[in-house]
Order: sequence, then structure tokens, then C-alpha cells
Amino acid sequence: MTQPVRIAQLSCGPEYSGIQHEIDEAAREVGGEIFYPDVALKDIRRDFTKFGLDVKSPDLKLAIARAIALVEGRVEADAVFIATCFRCAEAAIVRNELRRYINEHSRLPVVSYSFTERTTSGTLLTRMEALTTIARRRALLARETQKGLTLGLDSGSATTKAVVMRDNRIIGTGWQPTTEVIKSANEVIAHALSEAGVTRDEIQAVGTTGYGRFLIGKEINADLIQEELTVNSKGAVYLANRQHGPATVIDIGGMDNKAISVMDGIPGVFTMGGICAGASGRFLEMTAKRLGVEITELGPLSMKGFGGRVPMNSYCIVFGTQSLVNALAAGSTREDVAAAACHSVAEQVYEQQLQEVDIKEPVIMVGGTSLIEGLVFAMGELLQTKIVVPPYSQYIGAVGSALLASGFIKDD
Amino acid sequence: MVKVFIYPATSLILSDMVARFGHTPLSSATAIRERIQTAGLESPPLQITPEEPKKGLKWAAVEVPAGVRGRMSLYGPMIEACEAAIIINDADLAFGCMGCARTNELIKFLVHQKDIPRLELNYPKNDDEGVKFVAAIKRFLTELGEAK
Repeated sequence: MTQPVRIAQLSCGPEYSGIQHEIDEAAREVGGEIFYPDVALKDIRRDFTKFGLDVKSPDLKLAIARAIALVEGRVEADAVFIATCFRCAEAAIVRNELRRYINEHSRLPVVSYSFTERTTSGTLLTRMEALTTIARRRALLARETQKGLTLGLDSGSATTKAVVMRDNRIIGTGWQPTTEVIKSANEVIAHALSEAGVTRDEIQAVGTTGYGRFLIGKEINADLIQEELTVNSKGAVYLANRQHGPATVIDIGGMDNKAISVMDGIPGVFTMGGICAGASGRFLEMTAKRLGVEITELGPLSMKGFGGRVPMNSYCIVFGTQSLVNALAAGSTREDVAAAACHSVAEQVYEQQLQEVDIKEPVIMVGGTSLIEGLVFAMGELLQTKIVVPPYSQYIGAVGSALLASGFIKDD
Repeated sequence: MVKVFIYPATSLILSDMVARFGHTPLSSATAIRERIQTAGLESPPLQITPEEPKKGLKWAAVEVPAGVRGRMSLYGPMIEACEAAIIINDADLAFGCMGCARTNELIKFLVHQKDIPRLELNYPKNDDEGVKFVAAIKRFLTELGEAK
């Protein structure tokens, strides 16, 4: 039997919020085991002072002492999960500083999360899975070239994508909006195979990722079923040809966003989620619909406008839509409104998520929204850097899956 | 017999002293161990579910972190029921400890709002202070009994 991945929990508040069992359950479902690093009271007194962050909450002092015990190797772990109450400023400071401290001083993958009493194991599942994947599959994640003939499928919340690769080249693609999960997958696979000029029987290995990964993976008998955090990171650095050294991957998805700090293609720190769909591709879809253009036209339209002329805050998708309607009613141009919508989404991701990872260049944007030039431009302005959008960026999960799946080809 | 709320509510020593003087301590009954292997310094003595933070809304609004509200669902009723209180400030972790500073602030505030006998002491730093500390608690608890 495989040993569970030992995930050290550094936290304040999950028990009294009534969600500790949800954290335990999420870890268990992906072959992980939550544990609390064993420290003594004297360690807390000493290490808290040594760390130098003068917080008042004793549980946060305990979290600091536990982080130091992990970094100094007094307690062994495979990964770290940092969790504190949502809306606690003191805890947010500690969460950020511990995440940074562990990332700088160890090779332990870290995910941080702020919870409410409504947090469920389902919400935490992909994050936990990424932690266990990094711990278990470091060798696979180190793969830099695709070999043989493989198929990658990304069953996302908004779209389903498939890619066929042969000897490190993409030879077929398929894409369509996700409706019925299996039907959408079968159709994009058929398209990718047809474009590649190969049959399903010739495919040597298959990988799946995205929300529908388990369902599709079982359906098509995939060799690799892996969450999108590690897969997309791998796909991003592979396509951007930045497989060595640091990078930051931003994927603004249809339902949630991912911000991943990567080193040599392996995620170190990552966040996933967003407060509201106002900070996701869904808001841009709504904007395009309201402006009467296809989503593919939103980017060029926004590049002709100036977002600063339209006040817009999509912190909440309802308020964001109100701003959009008000701006149009007040006579703003479609171009300016499109630019403002792109800026607003970029700003929400910047304010809510990018603060939780260390931004290191190159910054690589992937996913379908990376094709919206206005969004990439707005993110570049906010981060004061030139954003890299690799070729096939909309197929990132499928490419990452096809690349990693080649590690499962027999005789490889 | 007087119902005495103690802070830190996890202090077994304080709880024991209150009981020895014939009063009812209102406290959580969790021991603080020298080795800590649970999630928090004072892991909850009761089965806390996501319903508890909702019950805590009686004492703290929804924008207050869930951990504070979950704690208040335990301590709020104790504060409402108490007829006297002993508060020890800056206590050592081993004496009794409550993990969340924001909850601690709210608990002390709510106790201060009540018109009840209250003893508030700083945790002793040496033997002399320790003797005076115990004597003050003893005097307070004796007088509580006499007043009753």
C-alpha cells in the first residue's frame, strides 16, 4: 500500500469554524494525511521571538513555531497546508509571511487558504491533490519533452480541449464549449485525432485534467489523471520554453483562477479560486454578450478603448454588470467599456490572488482568456512587466496532459 | 455558590481554585499538554460543527472571522450566565491559553460590560508576585462566598 503524503497543517481557527474534518477529508481523498507538527511550548516561545512577527494570537504563534520546525528539519513533511480564517487581518499577514518563508527556505510545496464555516472538502480537493502530486510525482513533473504519440484532454468548466502530440510537436487540436462532459470530450478528441490523422488505437498514452478529469479519465481509460495546477504549470513553461528557473503562471479560467509560482516547471506556491465570478473569464463572456460581440472580438475591441474613462469594479459580478450597463447608458463607447472590463478582471486577480504568490518573471498567461489581448495588456500594466502568452496557450491543460502522459508509455 | 467565569477559560488551575472555594467555574475543560499535537493550543472540547459559527452570530457579526464566532458559541453563553469573573492578563501559555487574540478581546470586553464582581490580575513574573497572585484570588473567592 502506498504511504500517504504527509501534509503539515499550519492553521488558526479551522476547528472552531467547524471545518477541520473537511480539511482532513480533502487530504484523505487524494492520498494525503494531515498532521500537526509536534512542537513543545518552549519551541513556541523561542521560535516566535526569533521569527520577529509580533502577532497576538497564540495559535498564530504556534503556526510560526511549526513552520520553523519544518524548515529546520526538526519535523519531516512532504507538503504544507496553511489555513486561517477569512477576514482576519492578523492571520492573513502570518499566512503570507509563512508561505513566503517556507517557499524561500525549503523545497516543500505550500498552499495557503482562508476559510469560512462554509468551506467544504470539495473546495479544497484540487489544492490538496496538487500538493500530493508535487510530493509524489516530482520525477514525472521534471519531464521536459514529449515522446511518442499521446493525447491530452482538458475538461474545463467552460470549455473542453484536446491535443494530440507526436515527438514533441502538437499535430492535432480540438476545442468546444463544455456541455455534456463526456459528449464534449468525445467530440474534441475526435476532432484532434482527425486533424492529426491518427486513430485512437494508435495513441500510446492519454492524460486528463480539469474539472471533468476523473469522469473522462475513467471513461477513456486514461493513464494519467491529474489536477490542473501542476498540469497547467508544466504546459505553460513547456510552451513558453521556460522550463528552467522561476516563472509565474496565471490562468484566468471560466470558473476560477490559478496563480502559480513555479521553479523548474514544478509549482512551489499556488492559489486557486477567486471571491466572485467577477474576477473570472465568465465576466468577460458576459461583457462580450452585452456589447454584442463574440468573445474572440473582445480583445481587439478593448485594445481600441481606454478603460480609465469608465468606472468599473467587478469585485462582484452583479455590481460589475451594473457598472457595465450604467456606463453604456451614460454614453461610454463599447471600446472603453471593453477595456474597463478587462482592466477590472485583471485588477481583481491582481488584488485578490497575486498577492498570495511571489511574482517572478517571466509571467506566463495561459488558458482561453490569454487570447483576450486587452486582459493581457491590463495585467502587464498592473504587474509592470511584459506578459508571455505562449502558442497554443488556450490548450495549456491538454498540452500539459499529453506531455506528462508520455511518461507512461511503455519502454519509456 | 457563585458562577465564576475564568479567563483564560482553559486554565485548569484557575478552574480548580474556583471549585475549591465552593463556586462553579465557567470554563472549558481542556488540559493544556506540554507536547502539542493538535491543530490549536486549545483544541475545542466539544464537537464543533459549521453550525457553531452561526450560533456565534449572537455575539459577533457575519464579517467577523468564523473562528471567532465558533469560539463565541462556546464562551458567549458562559459570559451571559456568569455572576463573577476572574481575568488573568498576559498569562503564560502553560497556565491556560486561548488561541485567538480577537476572541480574547471580545470576551474581555463583554465581561467588562457586565455589572458583576470582577478580579483582573496580570500573570505573575516571579515568586513574590506569585504569592500575591494566589492570595488575591483566594481573597476574591472568599469574599464572593461571604457576599452571597
